[in-house]
Amino acid sequence: MNFDLTEEQELLQETVRGFVANECPPPRLREIFDSGEGTDPALWQGMAEMGLAGLMIPEEYGGAGMELLELALVAEALGSGVLPGPFLGHSLAALALMLAGSDVQKRQWLPRLATGDVIGTYAVAEEDSQWEPSEWSVTERAGKLNGTKLYVPHADIADLIVVGCSGGGLALVERETRGVSLENMQGIDRTRPIFKIVFDAADAEALESGEAASQRVRDAALVLLAADSFGVASSLIRMSVDYAKTREQFGTIIGQFQSVKHQLARLSTDIEPTRALVWYAAHAFDHLPEDAERAAAIVNSHLTDRAMHTARESVELHGGLGFTWECDVQMWYKRAMFNRSAFGTPDVVRGRVATLGGW
Amino acid sequence: MNLRYSKEYDTYRQSLQEFLKGWPLQGDEAELPKQKQEQLFRQRGVEAGYVYFAIPKEYGGAGQQPDVLKSAIITEEYARVGAPGNCVSQGPALLAPTLIEFGTEEQKREFVRPTLRGDLRWCQGYSEPGAGSDLASLQCSAVLDGDEWVINGQKIWTSNAQEADYMFGLFRTEPKASKHAGISYLLVDLKQPEIEVRPLKQMTGALDFNEVFFTDARAPAGNIVGKRGEGWAVSRSTLKHERNLIGNPNMMRAHFNSTIALARRSQRGGRPAIEDPLIRNRLAEIEGYVRTAEVSHLRQLTAEAKGEELKVMLPMMMNKLYSTDTMQKIMTLAYDLLGADGMLAPTAEDIASYARTHTSTGFVEQYIFSQGPAIAGGTTNIQLNIIGERGLGLPRDLRVPK
Ligand SMILES: Cc1cc2nc3c(=O)[nH]c(=O)nc-3n(C[C@H](O)[C@H](O)[C@H](O)COP(=O)(O)OP(=O)(O)OC[C@H]3O[C@@H](n4cnc5c(N)ncnc54)[C@H](O)[C@@H]3O)c2cc1C
Repeated sequence: MNFDLTEEQELLQETVRGFVANECPPPRLREIFDSGEGTDPALWQGMAEMGLAGLMIPEEYGGAGMELLELALVAEALGSGVLPGPFLGHSLAALALMLAGSDVQKRQWLPRLATGDVIGTYAVAEEDSQWEPSEWSVTERAGKLNGTKLYVPHADIADLIVVGCSGGGLALVERETRGVSLENMQGIDRTRPIFKIVFDAADAEALESGEAASQRVRDAALVLLAADSFGVASSLIRMSVDYAKTREQFGTIIGQFQSVKHQLARLSTDIEPTRALVWYAAHAFDHLPEDAERAAAIVNSHLTDRAMHTARESVELHGGLGFTWECDVQMWYKRAMFNRSAFGTPDVVRGRVATLGGW
Repeated sequence: MNLRYSKEYDTYRQSLQEFLKGWPLQGDEAELPKQKQEQLFRQRGVEAGYVYFAIPKEYGGAGQQPDVLKSAIITEEYARVGAPGNCVSQGPALLAPTLIEFGTEEQKREFVRPTLRGDLRWCQGYSEPGAGSDLASLQCSAVLDGDEWVINGQKIWTSNAQEADYMFGLFRTEPKASKHAGISYLLVDLKQPEIEVRPLKQMTGALDFNEVFFTDARAPAGNIVGKRGEGWAVSRSTLKHERNLIGNPNMMRAHFNSTIALARRSQRGGRPAIEDPLIRNRLAEIEGYVRTAEVSHLRQLTAEAKGEELKVMLPMMMNKLYSTDTMQKIMTLAYDLLGADGMLAPTAEDIASYARTHTSTGFVEQYIFSQGPAIAGGTTNIQLNIIGERGLGLPRDLRVPK
């Protein structure tokens, strides 16, 4: 029994953390955030050079052939710095192709996804927060796609869109194709702009396998959002602790007041032990098929919920400053909002936890 | 990362399971009183190497090389079949390892074996009426008179003192020294007329609490553990063992599972409560906490086995708070599931047998009981101070000027 990261995994995470700190420190993040572009080509290129665009893609297609655990460690590091960019949608699109694509489709797309030259995204949700494969209504017939998808991250810069279809299957569409129109939905998290996509007899190609693959991608999404949330929450606690060590009121630094100290200690106790929960859910996805689905639902509902709570308390701990646009906390706060609402709010996901538990 | 145990440990688990086929006892032995059965089985466990695993043979343990994974397997397997493993009362769980670490050769020989066998029962004398959270301000004094300590003063909240033979406790031996420096760790025979134990009834109805009064009570000079005036450091070691006891998530999982069973058999609006979306949601939310505790424990075990405890210092510091908070969440949900039965008082049987969760009143007793751990061994507020100050590096509390 060895429930710990390997040296390589630790190194990977350290490297990504270092990249985030060096290439996207808060002032740079602020510029991207305020511009509303939600990405920075140089950042994506840097990530691609580190191999992050193809982390899970098999080596035969030019990827690093790693597992969801490694991807989750990266997601955590990106969440810590709320790094803008298409990592989430891209990773899910690549995974969907790996799981459901034909040999031809894999050979055609995976190598270019692996280098990051082609950016992918994953289009799932529809009206009324329909995230589940069984709920999708977009249709693919005879190579033509019809219907509407919502909340699709970074669709504006994606070259390739993997779309969830009725019956739980998946289809591939190139963005630069007739019959695909985008509308910016003005999302709250400016590090991940979201789009409405209307498909009007757009040229598409069905992927081979059906609902099981879609569910597997959903589970990966739940884990990645949880890992990102863990990063968000840990950073917020660090930022709030640092603030409490410098801000003075009543002639002393506020961290000496017990109500402040206890608030911070509680937040930390809520989050710190969950690092293991993220590792476990990712490991279960990779190696424990009997528990993978339920573990993904548990970690997602728990962490997206706890991280949002941490974000709200962190604003409060920063006082009036915390409520300003100028205060960095709001950028982390809005990432926590995205993570909490994507792929089902905690109460919805907990409904699955209950059902999968045989309750 | 690999959650499967290696072949060596799998083999170990198998031989342990073989041994555990001896529980429950069979034939004539099954007719013995429960306590006798447990003693008998525990004795066999020591001989076979599965009870008091790492305590040396000459002091009554199994004398195995310390191995956190084997110890964890033992705990799991014993819990699985409900066999009596190590006694978890204060003597075996807290005092014995402290004596192994700090005791003299004579102390180890005299006290450890009978303590492990359950022949010598102990209580923990730390708290005083004026010294709870601020433990270092304790006043109960011990003065060396020839070859004996003479003890005067009072202890309070002393669990199980009514049935204990001895107390391990903290006493002020150097009245002039500063707060922490003047304290020694002594072993005191309670069976002397100069000591009076008065029971205090707990809110569950149990009589586990006591006040203990000392009027010129005596203890041999050699019953000091560690050096004179350095009892504070010795008590830290005891507290470390206490933390290990409380941090284990087995109890959380057991109570969580009983609460699911309760939700299956309770009714809401004419249907099993487990079908109510609100109840399902609350259960799933709590499972997030229970699972976190379990996997965080696995991570800590791994770090301990590798000798890398520093890596997990922060979550370790949080174990007590995390488990008491989670237990309270579980018990609060269970209490709601009881509905009107929540107005029933625990029965004498509930009070006598610890942690009964198959009856309504047993749950009521556990609901009340779940308050205790949030106070004992350092209150939740004190835990938060420790996490804030030692864990997050925030400044010490404002000190009131004397
Ligand atoms: C079930 C149970 C079993 C026990 N068994 C034993 C035993 O066997 N042996 C033994 O010696 N003791 C035992 N105790 C006593 C226990 O250790 C003390 O009750 C505990 O340390 C708190 O001390 P106190 O009761 O004096 O409360 P106080 O210290 O008076 O605390 C009262 C309140 O003030 C708060 N408070 C105090 N100081 C601070 C501070 N600095 N910052 C913030 N808040 C603060 C506390 O959190 C608490 O909420 C037991 C207690 C319980 C409940």
